Amino acid sequence: MSYYGESIAHSSLLGVGLGILLGTGINFGIIVVCLLFGILFLWLQQSKILSTDTLLGVLAHLALSIGIIVISLNRIKIDIHAFLFGDILTVSSNDLWMMYLGVILVIFLISFNWSSLLLVTIDEDLARAEGINPIYINLLLTTILTIVVAVSLQIIGLLLITAMLIIPAATSRRLANSPEQMALIATLIGIFSVILGIFLSVEIDAPSGPSIVVVSATLFFLSYLFNFLIKKD
Amino acid sequence: MKTINALISASNVSVIKHHKSILKNIDIQINKNDFITIIGPNGAGKTMLLKCLMGFYKPNFGKIQKKDKLKIGYMPQSINVINTMPMTVKNFITVRKKYDDISFKQVVSEIDIRQLVDKQLSVLSGGEMQRVLLARSLLNNPDLLVLDEPAQNLDISGQLSFYKLIQEIYSKRDISILMVSHDLHLVMVSTKKVLCLSNHICCSGKPQQVAQDPEFISMFGKDMANMMAVYQHTNHTSQIDNHLIDGEIK
Repeated sequence: MSYYGESIAHSSLLGVGLGILLGTGINFGIIVVCLLFGILFLWLQQSKILSTDTLLGVLAHLALSIGIIVISLNRIKIDIHAFLFGDILTVSSNDLWMMYLGVILVIFLISFNWSSLLLVTIDEDLARAEGINPIYINLLLTTILTIVVAVSLQIIGLLLITAMLIIPAATSRRLANSPEQMALIATLIGIFSVILGIFLSVEIDAPSGPSIVVVSATLFFLSYLFNFLIKKD
Repeated sequence: MKTINALISASNVSVIKHHKSILKNIDIQINKNDFITIIGPNGAGKTMLLKCLMGFYKPNFGKIQKKDKLKIGYMPQSINVINTMPMTVKNFITVRKKYDDISFKQVVSEIDIRQLVDKQLSVLSGGEMQRVLLARSLLNNPDLLVLDEPAQNLDISGQLSFYKLIQEIYSKRDISILMVSHDLHLVMVSTKKVLCLSNHICCSGKPQQVAQDPEFISMFGKDMANMMAVYQHTNHTSQIDNHLIDGEIK
C-alpha cells in the first residue's frame, strides 16, 4: 500500500487540468479528483477483483495519462514540467496560506485518529474486533493523502511526492523505537530535507523537487551507515 | 422477541460467497462459561463463522444476536508484523485500549510475558507473539475470548504450553471461550463442547459423544476418534470437570 500515495499523486494532474478548465482553481480541482480517485480505488480493492498492486499500477498511470491528455487537448497553458517535478517559483503567497491550512488539518486528523490508524495498519481484523470499521479509516487516510498531495504538488512535483512519503519514514525507522517517535523524527527529517534541498536548488540552480529528494535520500543512506557502524561496535 | 441470556446466539445463519455456500443453516449459542471448540477441514467455514459471530461479516441469511455490552477479546491466527514500523510489545498490547496499570500488570504476569514487555514486536518468536496477542485480547477483561487457530504456528511443546495457558485462563477467569483448533487431541482436556463444521454443523456435543459420531469418524478417521477417547478418559479425573456447563447446540 506504500504506492497508494503515488497513485493519488498521479491522479492530481487531471485535477489540475479540470480545475483550470472549469475555472475552479487547481487546489479545488486536485482535492475533488484525488478524493474521487481514492474512493474509486478503495471500492475496487474491496471487491477483490484484482490484486492491490495491479490495481494501483493500472489506475495510477491511467489517471496520469488522462490528466496529460486533458491538458494537451484543451491547450491549457501550464508548465507540465513544473507539476511533474516541482518548481518552488510557482508558489504564491496564497498557496502558502493553503499549505498552512493543509498542515493544520492533517495534524488534526492524524492526532485525533492516531490509535485507530495504528491498529488498522497492524491488523484489520484486530481493529474490527475492537469496533473500528477499516473502511472509514482508509477513507480518512485517503483524505489525508489528498491534502498532502494538494499542498506539496507545486514544490515536490507529482512524480516525486511518493519519495517524500516513503524516504523520511524509512530513515526514521532506523532511529525510532515507537510509532510516535517514528512519525516525529520523519517529520523533522522531512522539514530538514526540504530546507536543505531548496538551498541546494538555489545554489546550483536545480529544480526544487529533485533537490529535496536527493537530500532526503542522502540522509536515508547515512542513517543506514550510522546503524551499520553502531551495530558493529 | 425474547431477550437473550446467551452471550451470542445465531440462528439459521447462511453465507454464500461467489455462488458457493460457505455456511449453511448454522445454529449456535454461546453461553456464559462455555468452552466451545470448532473443528473441521480446511475451507469448512470456521473462520467465516467466527467473523459472523463477532459481527465483522454480515451473513446473507439468518440472525445473530449479541448480548448488550458484550466484551469480546479476539486473538487472530497471526498478524503481519510490519517491519517498516517500530513498536514495543507494551505499545502493541495497549494501543487503543482503555486500561489501568493494575490490569496491565495482571495480564502480563498471567500470560508470563514480563521479560517481553519492552522488546520490539519484530524480534519475537512465534510462541512469544502468540502470547502477546493473547495478552492483548485479555486486557479489557472480556466476557468472551475468541481464538482462531491460536497455536497453528507453534511446535508441539509450544502448543502444549499454550493450551495449558488457555485452560488456566478458563478456570481462573469468569470467561467463555470460543476457539477454532485443529489440535483436537490437545484441547480435549479443557474443551466442554466440540462443534464439527463442514459448511454445515455435522455434529456437536461433548467431546466423547462427537468422537463416536459416524460423521466425525468419516471426516477425521478412526485414529482420531480413538485418540480423543483416550484423552477424554484422562479428563474424568481433571479438576475442571466440575464446572461443566451445558449450552444448547442444535
